[in-house]
Amino acid sequence: MELLNLAVKAIFVENIVLSFFLGMCSFLALSKKVETATGLGIAVVFVLTMTTPLNWLIHHFLLQDGALAWTGVASLARLDLSFLNFICFIAVIASAVQLVEMTLDRFFPALYNALGIFLPLITVNCSILGGSLFMVEREYNLSEATVFGFSAGFGFFLAIVSLSAIRKKLRYSNIPPGLKGLGITFIMTGLMSIGFLCFSGISL
Amino acid sequence: MAKTRDILLDPLSDNNPIAIQVLGICSALAVTVKMETAMVMALALTTVVTFSNLIISVMRKAIPAKIRMIVEMAVIASLVIVADQFLQAYMFEVSRQLSVFVGLIITNCIVMGRAEAFALQNPPGPSFLDGLGNGLGYSAILLIVASIREILGSGTWFGHDVFAFMPESFHYMGNGLALLAPGAFIIIGLIIWAHRTIVGKFETD
Repeated sequence: MELLNLAVKAIFVENIVLSFFLGMCSFLALSKKVETATGLGIAVVFVLTMTTPLNWLIHHFLLQDGALAWTGVASLARLDLSFLNFICFIAVIASAVQLVEMTLDRFFPALYNALGIFLPLITVNCSILGGSLFMVEREYNLSEATVFGFSAGFGFFLAIVSLSAIRKKLRYSNIPPGLKGLGITFIMTGLMSIGFLCFSGISL
Repeated sequence: MAKTRDILLDPLSDNNPIAIQVLGICSALAVTVKMETAMVMALALTTVVTFSNLIISVMRKAIPAKIRMIVEMAVIASLVIVADQFLQAYMFEVSRQLSVFVGLIITNCIVMGRAEAFALQNPPGPSFLDGLGNGLGYSAILLIVASIREILGSGTWFGHDVFAFMPESFHYMGNGLALLAPGAFIIIGLIIWAHRTIVGKFETD
């Protein structure tokens, strides 16, 4: 129940795009077509679900204050390596993305072809690193981290697919020239975000 | 000399990283609730992008093309760690409020984008100026958005009451929407509209 609550919160109430602005760059750049948006969305769900628990393990067993106590060496147990969080997380994300890409290429060629170009792009998507950093800041445990990773990704998927559907219709409307493209997309995202505000306060 | 000046001044308006190049938007929105956080974030990003451009440009002949992304990432991440540690040591309160967004400078597209697009092909001097220019262009938008949001949302600017001259009974009521996410989206959309109309750059869809 606790986990379900966390999931609902991460998907609707605190949507990673619409209330934390993470992953905006690819959110805006790749939402012109519903197909590409779906591809990117699925890839984000996939990678976030993998990297958040992976980074949790790294943070808890290697980097956190006193995390190396399991080695039994007294001088190691006193170390606080948490300042290395950023560089380790980004390395884990980059290599996880690479691994996922290679595995998909070898075993699921159809899925690989569908996601193909989006996987490498995901390394620099803020929402992936953001997921890991939020996980540290909010002190989740392993199962919470996994659920949070998946639902943050799903929130991104939901937001980008709905935005791309709106943008498709928008092509036929008469927009002032300066507002075309990026400007109107921002205002629409704002309206979507107002829509998502109505979920605030919901908890199970 | 004209060229050097262009490198520095172009990103301020004509080729602004946020309004024209569409880079680095994530953090532009999240930290603009108050002027104070926006200012610190602007300084941190300007420093990181300037020095990452400088360092990558100095190393550009030594970086093998195949692993250049990883090298760039390592340089940027190290600079961000330095910036983050500095903020935690000297401005702990602000660093608390910025929370994860200092770390997210690593994945800020401006830093990576300038390293890829400029620093890898140009000598250190111009690269340094290009980084500085882009950092300042980003800062300009950030500070404008933050001013509008703080004044509309809380009636203050840098924590000072802007509407203090008004009689007590007419005192400004903060517009809560400007402080929430939708306010940020809509304000930046309107700024981009105004900017593009003035500069005369339009997107053709």
